Amino acid sequence: MYKYNDFDEAFIRARTAQFRKQVERRVAGNLTEDEFKPLRLMNGLYLQLHAYMLRVAIPYGTLNSAQMRQLAFIAEKWDKGYGHFTTRQNIQYNWPKLTDVPDMLDALADVEMHANQTSGNTIRNVTSDHFAGAAQDEIEDPRAVAELLRQWSTDHPEFQFLGRKFKIAVGASDHDRAVLKAHDLAVRIVKNDAGETGYEIIVGGGLGRTPMIGKVLHDFLPREGLLPYVESVLTVYNTLGRRDNKYKARIKITVHENGIDEIRALVEEQFALIRPTFSGYDQEFLEEIRTHFPAPSYLNAPLAGYETAYENDPVFRSWVDTNLTAHKNENYAIVTISIKKHGETPGDATSEQMRVMADLAEEFGHDELRISHEQNVILPHVHKSHLPMIHARLHQVGLATANIGLVSDIIACPGMDYCALATARSIPVAQQIATRFDELKLEHDIGALKIKISGCINACGHHHVGHIGILGLDRAGVENYQITLGGDGSEDATIGERAGPGFAYDEIVPAIERLVLGYLDLRSSADETFLAAYRRLGAAPFKSILYPEAKTRNAA
Amino acid sequence: MPRQFTPKVVTANTLIEGDVVYLDTSDNWTRCHAEAALFADEAQANDRLAFGAAQTGIVVGVYLADATAGETGPTPTHFREEFRAVGPSNYNHGKQAEQA
Repeated sequence: MYKYNDFDEAFIRARTAQFRKQVERRVAGNLTEDEFKPLRLMNGLYLQLHAYMLRVAIPYGTLNSAQMRQLAFIAEKWDKGYGHFTTRQNIQYNWPKLTDVPDMLDALADVEMHANQTSGNTIRNVTSDHFAGAAQDEIEDPRAVAELLRQWSTDHPEFQFLGRKFKIAVGASDHDRAVLKAHDLAVRIVKNDAGETGYEIIVGGGLGRTPMIGKVLHDFLPREGLLPYVESVLTVYNTLGRRDNKYKARIKITVHENGIDEIRALVEEQFALIRPTFSGYDQEFLEEIRTHFPAPSYLNAPLAGYETAYENDPVFRSWVDTNLTAHKNENYAIVTISIKKHGETPGDATSEQMRVMADLAEEFGHDELRISHEQNVILPHVHKSHLPMIHARLHQVGLATANIGLVSDIIACPGMDYCALATARSIPVAQQIATRFDELKLEHDIGALKIKISGCINACGHHHVGHIGILGLDRAGVENYQITLGGDGSEDATIGERAGPGFAYDEIVPAIERLVLGYLDLRSSADETFLAAYRRLGAAPFKSILYPEAKTRNAA
Repeated sequence: MPRQFTPKVVTANTLIEGDVVYLDTSDNWTRCHAEAALFADEAQANDRLAFGAAQTGIVVGVYLADATAGETGPTPTHFREEFRAVGPSNYNHGKQAEQA
């Protein structure tokens, strides 16, 4: 993985030292809260419902074991012994004291991590495919490009005061595991008919109040054009994007109001202007970054132990069948560790759990871990002979739940249990749905199903692209939950459709149960997923299940 | 017609810990909702809001929140304020842990 050079190290240390002084000046009364707030936000520090919250970037979701151990240490020393992995490959600490945060940032800098630009109207943490470097279907490891973009966007003087936040994701596969089309800008590494590698540039995607699927701005950008082209997009957005209305300030609105063709013409004009100023150093540097992401030195060992365990241990077999993904090396597997044990908070890991995952990565996983936007942790490179040992050790700390991609593998934002912006709770809804389907012992029968829950319209829980989306709202002082159906965050990105009137807090879990059990009666075979059945049948039969009383009324 | 004023407490988060606090009848900040001063008079509420907001070295994000008189002191009327007064529902953290 990327190793900081002297410049990176000095930059991060200087930022941390600056913030320490800023906190001191705030506490001493020499900075007002209005002056201090943008400074703390630039360093990822929010004030939430019950306490401050520090959001730490995990660039493109990649961690090594030393970094994971440091995250565990920080959670224990300055927080309450756990961290929350988010839907944008960050980790959040929910209980830091303002005066401890400079020490936390120093501890992060010790392992080449930071909280820069995890808030504010800047280019945010660059995210990527959590299976990068291991996926069978990738053209190349997308993380080198993600790292180039991270460095280019960090403290970029032109883009520190954008009209609104700007989120970039990078992928390199046909199958989209990074929700590319829901980002302000996405870079998809592609090959053209001549076999050359280049970039498809997608802009104007986003969820939130006005969900939009990103549009293709350039279908094949040559490699050397990447930085000047992305910079041109940002310049056009920075100039044209609205600043009169916060809800119309994201680039998705700029694209929607001006049209993709107009945006393309303006970007091309700017690109022609600045392209000659890029000397080619960025391409040399990209090649250097690439050397930081070598393929692992694959182990060559017999698989007999794995095969025996698979045949004889049904619990291990279920975990293998559910949580593993095929690796580009046939003797290896990609292991997704579920941070969604039934009844627990989605995405929360204790310090002890983080240390076990770090140990497993170091001993068996070529020292690599990934955080997915679906709030799970991945060991991307595991030789199959090590799987039984890994499963056993995960089991000891409550991390062996076999539910990846199933009904209880729910994305949930922190909601009104923590977030100052939330309009309703998300976490207890996720906990109760997972607990209920565990009781029913049906989730493996139900099969692939993505439920995503947001506690407000900002959609951090990606509810619009959930096969079943749940949006928590405040309706006249009472929590109320709207259901959307048929959303999809993959390469076939689709915004879900609202099913009908919302449900009260005590009605939402029974409604989801009714909906999912009803799907079992509607599907054409056990192989037809919820989403496939929805696409085949349309919304009507699912609405009838959700609102049986309306059906009766209409019939009367 | 202007909306009728409903009783309010003055609430904020502390500058250092971020913990939820309320202005009490002695103009001190308390961490317990039941100890908050409840203002039925709009002018008085706004006056104490201005007083609280000026204490920038102690608190941040000062605002008026709806509350009602309960048996043991003011209680929140909106679920957001109920959560702020207690803590998160997924762990025994925050005020509920400290008050136990």
